[in-house]
Amino acid sequence: MEVVNLKKDSLIIANKKFNSRLIVGTGKYKSMSECAKAIKLSGAEIVTVAVRRVNISDKNKPLLMDYIDPKKITYLPNTAGCFNSKEALRTLRLAREIGGWKLVKLEVLGDKKNLFPDMIETLKSTEVLAKEGFKVMVYCNDDPLMAKRLENSGADAIMPLAAPIGSGLGIQNKINIQIIRKQTKLPLIIDAGLGQASDATIAMELGCDGVLVNTAIAKAKKPFEMALAFKNAVIAGRQSFKSGRIDKILMGNPSSPSKGII
Amino acid sequence: MKNIKKIKIKINGKIKSINQDSTLSSVLKNLKIPLNKVAIELNQEIIDKKKINKIKLNKNDKIEIVHFIGGG
Repeated sequence: MEVVNLKKDSLIIANKKFNSRLIVGTGKYKSMSECAKAIKLSGAEIVTVAVRRVNISDKNKPLLMDYIDPKKITYLPNTAGCFNSKEALRTLRLAREIGGWKLVKLEVLGDKKNLFPDMIETLKSTEVLAKEGFKVMVYCNDDPLMAKRLENSGADAIMPLAAPIGSGLGIQNKINIQIIRKQTKLPLIIDAGLGQASDATIAMELGCDGVLVNTAIAKAKKPFEMALAFKNAVIAGRQSFKSGRIDKILMGNPSSPSKGII
Repeated sequence: MKNIKKIKIKINGKIKSINQDSTLSSVLKNLKIPLNKVAIELNQEIIDKKKINKIKLNKNDKIEIVHFIGGG
């Protein structure tokens, strides 16, 4: 019997192969050990991390690297909290200096309340980072025109939001995501706004290459169970997308043959 | 005993008093900073970690030491 071999269905970002299509954030967990366990259960091979000041007064504070081994899990440094290109570039240049990280997530926010990306600053930063040799995964609006511009500026992955960061609203604009999917061969990853596992399935069924989730797992009542749910949801959605869904029709079409009815 | 002159610098936004002629390397060592897990800026310029023992600190220098923490 032929079965779908998901192992051959790798996610490729900037020439690097990943078996998991779920990327998870490492923020908002109760503890580092909870975060590490949730990541393990999610099966994620890429995790986003933030760049912040070292606490110089409390030297015994546990370090993220002690819980999540960057040799086993790919760290994706982000620019969360940056509101202009200058701050974002400074953050990612520092991230690279920590240990050679070139694969990065660019996120330049424009509004402190809705956390929508400032696409003008994002575009500017993408150009500079690509020229400096970074492999840039770009958090962006679900705007096909901007997505195209990012691609032309050297982005390595397009990461449109489903809904505002941390909102849990799920994909609000499926049509835009589908248009972006049609126009780009770059990895397309839904970033931000997912609330439950089925949101990830929907993203994958739209043809996205992966999803990035943080709050929906970290703030779930049972983060470990939710991590597992998202893992399965991404696999289910990808399998469903690859399987070729049936056409939609308005009326019913019986599953049992009408011939031979008694 | 002759007093060693002190100078004030800022590390991660906090004022610190250090011995004059201290190197960046000695200051980081005193703070027990794990060098392989951080990046360092001196007055907004990224410093090559291999060169820190050659860098002498001056009055009012601003040092930023950053690392990775949990984030989305």
